[in-house]
Amino acid sequence: MPSALDIALWGVLPYLCIVVLILGTIWRYRYDQFGWTTRSSQLYESRLLRIGSPLFHFGILAVAGGHVIGLIIPESWTTAVGVSDHAYHIVALATGGAAGLATLCGIALLIWRRRRTGPVFMATSNNDKVMYVVLVGAIAAGLAVTLFSVFDHSISNYRETVSPWFRSLWVLHPDIQAMAAASLPFKIHAVWGLVLFAIWPFTRLVHAFTAPIHYLFRPYIVYRSRDAHGGTPGAGAPRRGWEPIGTRDAARRGTAAKTTEKRSRV
Amino acid sequence: MRVMAQVAMVMTLDKCIGCHTCSVTCKQTWTNRAGTEYVWFNNVETRPGQGYPRRYEDQDRWRGGWELNRRGRLKLKTGGRLNRLASIFASPVQPELADYYEPWTYDYASLVNAPAGDDFPVARPKSLITGKDTKVSWSANWDDDLGNSVGTDALDPVLEKIRRESEDKIKLEYERTFMFYLPRICEHCLNPSCMASCPSGAIYKREEDGIVLVDQDRCRGWRQCITGCPYKKIYFNHKSGKAEKCTFCYPRIEVGLPTVCAETCVGRMRFIGIFLYDVDKVTAAASTPDPKDLYEAQLDLMLDPNDPAVVAAAQRDGIPQDWIDAARRSPVYALAKTFKVALPLHPEYRTMPMVWYVPPLSPIVDLLTEQGHDGEAPENLFGAIDALRIPIEYLAELFTAGDTGKIEDVLHKLAAMRSYMRDVTLGRPTDESIAEAVGMTGGEIQAMYRLMAIAKYDERYVIPNAHLEDAHNLEEIGCSLDVEGGPGMGGQTGVFGEGSGRPQPVAVENFAALRDRQTADDPTGNSQLSGRVNLLNWDGNGTPTGLFPAKKDD
Repeated sequence: MPSALDIALWGVLPYLCIVVLILGTIWRYRYDQFGWTTRSSQLYESRLLRIGSPLFHFGILAVAGGHVIGLIIPESWTTAVGVSDHAYHIVALATGGAAGLATLCGIALLIWRRRRTGPVFMATSNNDKVMYVVLVGAIAAGLAVTLFSVFDHSISNYRETVSPWFRSLWVLHPDIQAMAAASLPFKIHAVWGLVLFAIWPFTRLVHAFTAPIHYLFRPYIVYRSRDAHGGTPGAGAPRRGWEPIGTRDAARRGTAAKTTEKRSRV
Repeated sequence: MRVMAQVAMVMTLDKCIGCHTCSVTCKQTWTNRAGTEYVWFNNVETRPGQGYPRRYEDQDRWRGGWELNRRGRLKLKTGGRLNRLASIFASPVQPELADYYEPWTYDYASLVNAPAGDDFPVARPKSLITGKDTKVSWSANWDDDLGNSVGTDALDPVLEKIRRESEDKIKLEYERTFMFYLPRICEHCLNPSCMASCPSGAIYKREEDGIVLVDQDRCRGWRQCITGCPYKKIYFNHKSGKAEKCTFCYPRIEVGLPTVCAETCVGRMRFIGIFLYDVDKVTAAASTPDPKDLYEAQLDLMLDPNDPAVVAAAQRDGIPQDWIDAARRSPVYALAKTFKVALPLHPEYRTMPMVWYVPPLSPIVDLLTEQGHDGEAPENLFGAIDALRIPIEYLAELFTAGDTGKIEDVLHKLAAMRSYMRDVTLGRPTDESIAEAVGMTGGEIQAMYRLMAIAKYDERYVIPNAHLEDAHNLEEIGCSLDVEGGPGMGGQTGVFGEGSGRPQPVAVENFAALRDRQTADDPTGNSQLSGRVNLLNWDGNGTPTGLFPAKKDD
């Protein structure tokens, strides 16, 4: 019988996070198209970004690929095609470790740049700072798991604990026992990862969901009729990010008072 | 043949006095927001000069525009689609703020807040990016009027190239130097490389008028367009994280008004009209092998609106009749295709730019007169064009991919216009041989003179309104035109009396007032209100003169 904590962590939390991720993304996509951007800071600083950003992004793509393979493909399949457990682990550790290290170095460089370059630091929101803590924590915990499993073979094989639990989540029958049997580093990494996905829709990370794969297939020149636009921005309320400038309409209250106040101050 | 309409602009560079009014009014209208401090949708460059951003024409470095691959097909200069996606995490050749400039303001408050003392208070420059004290060292117009050019003239990519080719023929000696102004907006290209570079597909060309816009909701800030545009006329808003660009003032164009830059141009040097062009042939034209043939290829895309076959095709493709009529009266078509005096900027980028330039004829007449010649006699004028202060090679690098012959043709036409019109002005019999020498007729020269020199408002700007039956689709007008006599029909009143209905978009509200002001002989109001009785002062007895407005036929 799993403990209440185990049920909460491995039976309830994953579904909470998935629901927050999906609903949050839908909400953000519907209400904040204008805020849905990479918020690139390359205009301010390019030299360090050109090293750090590809290192991080290609690294994290490889890491994501590794997670998909490790979590989704059952152990029985790989043994069936003749890949021994030992060989699998050596390959996984080598590639996963390298990708994880590249990711960590990349993000370390990016954060250092963000802190040290004046304009980039000024453009960093509190939201970004929280996101960096969670993101770096998840990456560091993941890399720590990899390191531990190199030196400490007593750490259980995640393909017998974490992976079955992960797959069982999707058939709505979570295998809590399997995950409860995993070692502590894996548990920390898993929870941290879940939290990362829960905050994902509310951070700048959303840009990953609109990765422009369709660029490979679309025509170069885009013609669009005014029809396709929908909405009448000129007649609507000012949208987020577009502050009204100049003299405001008389209908909006409070402006006149503000103007005189400003004038008297000057 | 598939016919589409394109709003285009012609700038006659001889008339630009470099006052920057267009830049300032444009900035006040569009980019005086946080995040766009450094952004100039319209800027005026002194040539020779580095331009804005610095050395943007150096495509070996910035890799903007298109090139032909080995099979002779168009390819982005930064590489194919996979290349673009592979470099998405850090665009390798995107200009930094230092290539534009660090925008600043002054600490004006210290002028009034500083405590009394012996020293006069100073307003220190403050960076608008960091908010800290800054040292102003460059701006969008640092080399205006060749200022500082002793140190920086070698940095003009165009000058650099012709110097290399002519082995130092062109020197910028102070007494014999040359300069002219080049105002630049987005080219609203027929084959835009910014659009082709955009991973999100957020940049689009409007089918109705060809204006190129960035969909702010679909832009994800991948910033590939900034690299892709060889004119560097797409800017990154560093606060919103989205690309922004010149909009050709589409809310004004939709109601038949010229752009802000054109409207406020002191020299009346801008012309706006429409082209009809064959959209099916754009790619083929842009793939013309020899860059020097690109200008002709671009000109061939422009269809003759007086050709019955073109008109039939345009009607078939849904171009409204008044747009076809406007295309017939189009000043840009006249200058570019009929008279062939307007040239595209850097056709070698293969983007088919739709802002055209009439190259400047140097202050040649004065020069000849000073030397004791009859400055306006045709033989002297034509002969002197080879020895112009503004070297033909320089203009050719800008407008014809280096083909000096085409520049000479244009300058000959401009010179011929002066000679021919001198006879007209002095009441002498006109000399048709002047016109024939440049392949024109006297009538054509007079028409060109009227368009370029008299330049009446309604001849400079022939802009058909966007269609009212499409009004529900328009970005600004919206649905306010649905009601007969409702808002948008000139009044403020909805169906339920004054002030009812939805608030009116500003563009609509301003439209009637602006049109009255611009087309009336007097300032608006003079003719209508002078001599009228203010009803608040009327005691209700009798009918004093001015109680009722004068009848129309009086």
